[in-house]
Amino acid sequence: MKNKQVSSNNVGLLNNPLYRSIFFQVLALAIVLFLAFYFTNNMFNNIAASNITTGFGFLDNIAGFGISQTLIEYSDGTSTFGDVFIVGLLNTLLVSILGIIFASIIGLLIGVGRLSDNYLVSRLSLIYIETFRNIPILLQILFWYNVVLAALPSPRQSFNYLDSIFLNNRGLLLPEPIFEAGSSAILISFILAVAGVIYLKRWAKKRHDDTGEEFPIVKVSIAILILAPTLVYFVSGQPVTAEYPVLKGFNFKGGLTIVPELLALLFALSIYTATYIAEAVRAGIESVPKGQKEAAKSLGLKDHVILSKVVLPQALRVIIPPVINQFLNLTKNSSLATAIGYPELVTLFSGTTLNQVGQAIEIILMTMAVYLVISIVISLILNWVNAKMAIKGR
Amino acid sequence: MKSTKLALLFGLTALVPTLSQAGTLEDVAKKGVLSCGVSTGIPGFSAADSKGVWKGLDVDFCRAVSTAVFGDANKVKYIPLTAKERFTALQSGEIDLLSRATTWTATRDTSLGLNFAGVNYYDGQGFLVSNKLGVTSAKELDGATFCIQAGTTTELNLTDYFKSNGMEYKAVTYDTSGQTIDGFKNGRCDAVTSDASQLYGLKLKMDDPSSVTVLPEIISKEPLGPVVRQGDDAWFNVVRWSLFAVLEAEELGVSSSNATAMLKSENPGIKRLLGTSGTIGENLGLKSDWAYQIIKQVGNYKEMFDVNVGKDSPVKIDRGLNKLWNQGGLMYPMPVR
Repeated sequence: MKNKQVSSNNVGLLNNPLYRSIFFQVLALAIVLFLAFYFTNNMFNNIAASNITTGFGFLDNIAGFGISQTLIEYSDGTSTFGDVFIVGLLNTLLVSILGIIFASIIGLLIGVGRLSDNYLVSRLSLIYIETFRNIPILLQILFWYNVVLAALPSPRQSFNYLDSIFLNNRGLLLPEPIFEAGSSAILISFILAVAGVIYLKRWAKKRHDDTGEEFPIVKVSIAILILAPTLVYFVSGQPVTAEYPVLKGFNFKGGLTIVPELLALLFALSIYTATYIAEAVRAGIESVPKGQKEAAKSLGLKDHVILSKVVLPQALRVIIPPVINQFLNLTKNSSLATAIGYPELVTLFSGTTLNQVGQAIEIILMTMAVYLVISIVISLILNWVNAKMAIKGR
Repeated sequence: MKSTKLALLFGLTALVPTLSQAGTLEDVAKKGVLSCGVSTGIPGFSAADSKGVWKGLDVDFCRAVSTAVFGDANKVKYIPLTAKERFTALQSGEIDLLSRATTWTATRDTSLGLNFAGVNYYDGQGFLVSNKLGVTSAKELDGATFCIQAGTTTELNLTDYFKSNGMEYKAVTYDTSGQTIDGFKNGRCDAVTSDASQLYGLKLKMDDPSSVTVLPEIISKEPLGPVVRQGDDAWFNVVRWSLFAVLEAEELGVSSSNATAMLKSENPGIKRLLGTSGTIGENLGLKSDWAYQIIKQVGNYKEMFDVNVGKDSPVKIDRGLNKLWNQGGLMYPMPVR
């Protein structure tokens, strides 16, 4: 294949390198396919012979158990194992997305802090990284879970803010917004405000390019984003009300509850993953040639402008590829939640559901497929971002 | 080159395990050890003591089956399993016998490719609450949060009970019973719900056992028993009749202390049980003194019960439903004749 000239020579078929390489590749492929077929076939025969039910019919059966955190409507009397799958999937996505956001913020701050000229800041960042990077994530999850639970009071002695926000060992309780008729106007006004801010930013950049005049874009944007929806809220007659959590019996009722399992898991995943992101950020920043910084300084730019306009845009090209890995790791590590009872996909689906149904192969296959798809989607998105960055930098 | 690859291929094919449908008894005898699935630590049923020796009612049943097969109670390899892992371990052949406080239900019996060989403990689901809560009945638990172990019938019963009583609840589900009781200790939940027998054991794991109470309500039927793979009737019979043998021994008054003397008994029932007459042992594919060895080395059901969960144990559970049928209980061994 690699050498066409040889194949045109008059050598025997057996000694023809092209023929030989194709032959052995086809042979290897055939062996792999045959083994895959053989094992799959064997598996199905064995399952059938041991009288274990097969197929995906169980997804329509009533699940009949309670779940502590559900993002969709879930009733333990009518919801099916299919619903349980979706509940678990959404809980996994929730903790992964929140974890990625927090880990990125902490990681960026620590990574920049690690290179700070301030001795205290750089040492503290170093201690943070070395401590949390070198402790297994499972131990950290268990640690934060026990700390969170031990530090918080019982529901009757909750920390209480204005009788509307409560913190206790059952979780963080917040007022739940109830959207009534007319509340969509607020959403529309917010979207319009966002569009307005984007337009404003373009206009300000153009003016800056043309005239060199600065415009206080950040302050004005925040004002627009807050004022516009607030104004519409009052004009449309306050269509959003809140349902407050109320202590009833020995637990709270109503309101939004953020369970301690989620808090602990989020804490552990963000803090752990942030150490790796911080190191990637540091490596990225250090990869930018010193001359770039010095040139920017000689132009009279302030330190934070140098960081955000000169160093980070170049550093991002080095930072993004390892950070993609960390995002994937965080998502996969979220399955360790099974140790503290956070109801994510592995706990709910390949845990409880598997035990109630007993169809290990189908359930584990579905669970693996989910992580595969999530990981592929994350890497596709970030590879796209990476490609954009790389071209821009040149 | 080609021939090596082909040889490799055929070698692999030969290695592929084919399902041995029948013959667990022969397999166990050949291996020389019984792989018995037990819990990761339920006091009184199966738990390793400070010296690492497994003790408990379910453990004694593993020992009884080992005695029936080998004439030796100690040829058991204990495999600790969480509730979630247990059925897969049995289905896959990792264990030969599951003796792990497992509730006999229709779904498990019919869809998992498993068979329940009998009942060695009649249990029911109860609630363990802290005295601080001031609750005296399960009916007062509306709105409570419960710590539960994942993959148990408990999760389903709780839903049924609260639904039928028009009450609400929240559940926090953990992997092992250790994590469950830790969650309760930390105040994550108001109550633990599990089989009542386990609650008495968990109570002992509390720092101050008198600070918690097991509520009087029993909300479900939990017949716990040994489980084997479906489709191997010979092995199923060995396990089932090992259970009946220890019950029959109690009924006939044969115990580990008097078993040897009883070999000279003229009572026909005792003679059949101990193998001095009849061919029951041979019919099962075992030695004729299989039941004698079980009773001699492990004891009858009363001895197993008293020392593990009954009056001579720290848990001190009343015999209750687990008395023999002629003493007001449900334990009814099929006649050994």
